[in-house]
Amino acid sequence: MKALVLLSSLGVIALLAEIFSFKKLLYPIVLLGLVTAFVLNVFDWDTNHTFYKMMQYDNYAVAFTGVIIVIAFLWFIMAEGFFKEESNLTDHFALVLFALVGAVMMVSYNNMAMLFLGIEILSIPMYILAGSNKTDVASNESAFKYLIMGAFATGFLLFGIALIYGATGSFDLSEIANAVSSGTAARSIFSVGVLLMLIGMAFKVSAAPFHFWAPDVYQGAPTVITAFMSTIVKTAAFAAFLRLFSTTFMEVHGTWMNVVWVMAALTLLVGNITAVVQTSTKRMLAYSSVAHAGYMLLALLAGNDYSNSAILFYAAAYSIGSIATFCIVHIISNAKKSDGVDSFNGLAKTNPFLAVVMTIALLSLAGIPPTAGFFAKYYIFTSAFVAGNVGLVLIAIIASLIGVYYYFRLIIAMYFKESSSTEALPVESNHKLLLLFIAVLIILMGLFPDWVIKLL
Amino acid sequence: MITLLLIFFPLVAGLLLLFVKGPQVKTLALGAAILEFAIAVFALTQFHQDATTQFEWNYAWVQSLGITFHVGIDGISMLLVLLTTFLVPVIILTSFNTEHKNPSAFYSLILIMQMALVGVFVSMDGFLFYVFWELALIPIYFICLLWGGEDRARITFKFFVYTLAGSLFMLGGLIYLYLHTPGGHSFDIAALYSAGQSLDVVHQGYVFWAMFIAFAVKMPVFPFHTWQPDTYTTAPTQGTMMLSGIMLKMGTFGVIRWLLPLAPLGVEKYATLAIGLAVFGVVYASCIAIVQKDFKRLIAYSSIAHVGLIAAGILSMNTQGVQGAMMQMLSHGVNVVGLFFIVDLIQKRTNTRDIASLGGIRNVNPQFAVLFLIVLLGSVALPLTNGFVGEFLLLNGVYQFNPWMAGFAGLSVILGAVYMLRSYQSIMLGETNGITSSFAPLETSEKAVLIIICAAIIVFGVFPKPLTDIVSPAVDQLVAGLRIAVGK
Repeated sequence: MKALVLLSSLGVIALLAEIFSFKKLLYPIVLLGLVTAFVLNVFDWDTNHTFYKMMQYDNYAVAFTGVIIVIAFLWFIMAEGFFKEESNLTDHFALVLFALVGAVMMVSYNNMAMLFLGIEILSIPMYILAGSNKTDVASNESAFKYLIMGAFATGFLLFGIALIYGATGSFDLSEIANAVSSGTAARSIFSVGVLLMLIGMAFKVSAAPFHFWAPDVYQGAPTVITAFMSTIVKTAAFAAFLRLFSTTFMEVHGTWMNVVWVMAALTLLVGNITAVVQTSTKRMLAYSSVAHAGYMLLALLAGNDYSNSAILFYAAAYSIGSIATFCIVHIISNAKKSDGVDSFNGLAKTNPFLAVVMTIALLSLAGIPPTAGFFAKYYIFTSAFVAGNVGLVLIAIIASLIGVYYYFRLIIAMYFKESSSTEALPVESNHKLLLLFIAVLIILMGLFPDWVIKLL
Repeated sequence: MITLLLIFFPLVAGLLLLFVKGPQVKTLALGAAILEFAIAVFALTQFHQDATTQFEWNYAWVQSLGITFHVGIDGISMLLVLLTTFLVPVIILTSFNTEHKNPSAFYSLILIMQMALVGVFVSMDGFLFYVFWELALIPIYFICLLWGGEDRARITFKFFVYTLAGSLFMLGGLIYLYLHTPGGHSFDIAALYSAGQSLDVVHQGYVFWAMFIAFAVKMPVFPFHTWQPDTYTTAPTQGTMMLSGIMLKMGTFGVIRWLLPLAPLGVEKYATLAIGLAVFGVVYASCIAIVQKDFKRLIAYSSIAHVGLIAAGILSMNTQGVQGAMMQMLSHGVNVVGLFFIVDLIQKRTNTRDIASLGGIRNVNPQFAVLFLIVLLGSVALPLTNGFVGEFLLLNGVYQFNPWMAGFAGLSVILGAVYMLRSYQSIMLGETNGITSSFAPLETSEKAVLIIICAAIIVFGVFPKPLTDIVSPAVDQLVAGLRIAVGK
């Protein structure tokens, strides 16, 4: 709870910075604020307190909040350049911080109203940020597409919430669950509501067939914002998705299990196969991000003891890998003015450090030991196995093999292809530190996964 | 403790090597590899020759999931650790007259790969085994990608995807067994064994295929071999040696440790099919080897033939078969490294591997001709060379399973002699021509490698007993356990 308050006040402070002109200090203040928020969050561990039944700070919420704050901290270091442009500086800060507030709300809600508020507080800044490269047509297109698609998703979600309220007479998650299990809920209306909410959530996590917005939005938005969307937004959306479906809607799992099964299979295959034919790295990573949603759906579908920690670990592993890849794509596309796969050609010669970190991150995304991504996949597969979804695990295995194909395209380009210029690309020292840290973190999480999975 | 040292010393050495610049990299790498061999020999001196698992180290790794860092060495592991630690310095020595670009990365990758290989051979936990198994793939992928020959990106990628696909099936099989272990689940080898053996024959059959495909791809057994000739041919010489000399043994070792005791009924059920594939592969690969024009490719196919026989021996699940497989793994490892080195020597001096365009090297360099002949005789399994013991036992083992199959597999001995002797004749004998007339004498390091290999071929051909003594208690125990499990 304290972390949420702190993050909100940071957002307000960012707005005040314009008036009281301490814009230069804002960046360190925010970083410090994030560290403090993390510490405050740690103190919430095992307290399991509620806030007027609106928010529930159980360990699930605290763990996901922790992951989100850590990723946000890494993201801020990656995105330092985004906060250099004088004219929009405070807007950028405030928008990102409010988006974070939304993300934290989405992992700790205990009431449909809070879920809705969280999603909107997260989404509205994202619509603006996607278009923050105002002179770029693609960025504008991205923002509009995101807004319109997001509005649709919100519509479905609200409709779903309304029907569920109609069926059970409550917005409160535990009361809804009680109403369903005691049989006082109008079952058919409730089921329709659940399915509508499912569609809304599937939009937010970009699961097929509701993923069409993702590639265009990810490609058009500035790279740092894409990184934010594919890590923090995705993690928060999955946490919200899981919180709702693994507890409140578990009672009626018969109505949504089959739908999610098909959705997961489609997401895995569509995401991975479409990624293979992309020539732009950003677009490729967008499809890869869709594919990763598919793996997480496997754990969501399993709905067993493993699910929570599997999704927590997967989201964390996927997010830190993505931050590293997006950071490197950002560096390269800034220097070469292109984000094509061929812009990676010869990177191992010009910038061996970038190439090695990129390789580690890609191996992690592809799920090869001893990286975090491998353990994440292993854990997801185990959870699906336990639930008896062997067919889905087979599809996921095939999908991972396809995944290896496009991740390795980048590796082959870096080590095997010749680059046109032999000059090393300039890399800022904070990016170097960040990448080194992430590379070590990826390996450590792969070697000692217990630290994370013990949490839930 | 010594097991941990065996695993992590090459890793540390390999990582340190990354920071070394200049020509001393080779010497340092060689030094590290020799030190590792010394550690292995020390372990051997401390090793009790019985069937127990020794030098164990069991550390709770991912406690909540029952994953342990459990390593230990029994006779089977000991022999393969010795093979690995013996071959790596030899392989590094073979590169002394080759200039690789970026040598520190090259040798570092070789040492890191050695770590993963040793790890595979000493793992006593299914999850750990899988991690080392996959870990071995990354260094060799980069060795082949960065220092390989023509069209390497495509070929090494095919290799990577093939083996990864196989491995993922194995992971599926392991998770399946893991979920059948009692209580909070465990990946420990003993728990997996009892979980596997408690399954009925149908489910053991599933486990068999899931695991067998992974091992069959790695060895490779027909029809999973299509990646192998291209990869062996394209990889740099040292990469080929690592692949064929050691990495291939991961597959055969995997069958012995992680397939037979996990699904004995499954193995029994499908043995005829699997041995049939292996034996067919033996003859098929031998026939293809006969018509090869490229000497390196010929050896690649001969390797498929040899490993097919090893697989058949193991799957026949009797003492002779498994014991023979262990011996043949050793001798094949040594011989194939020797053969690939000879290919490298010839190619460096003549710029060709085309068998037909060579000839008469013996007239120019009789010393090389003798050493080549010894290696060759070892690989066609002449009595009193190291290849003989293993091949004899293997055929004996397959014979007990099915005489007809043994007869068919026995063709490989004849066919092997045909293609090896024919190529020797064509390369070394006959008239010296323009290409071979200037065949340069051997450098000291090259001579050293060949002499070490020839010595190993002869010594262990004449006195195989020290090696069989290490492994036979473990093999006997394994086979006895299997007998009980299949109820014979």
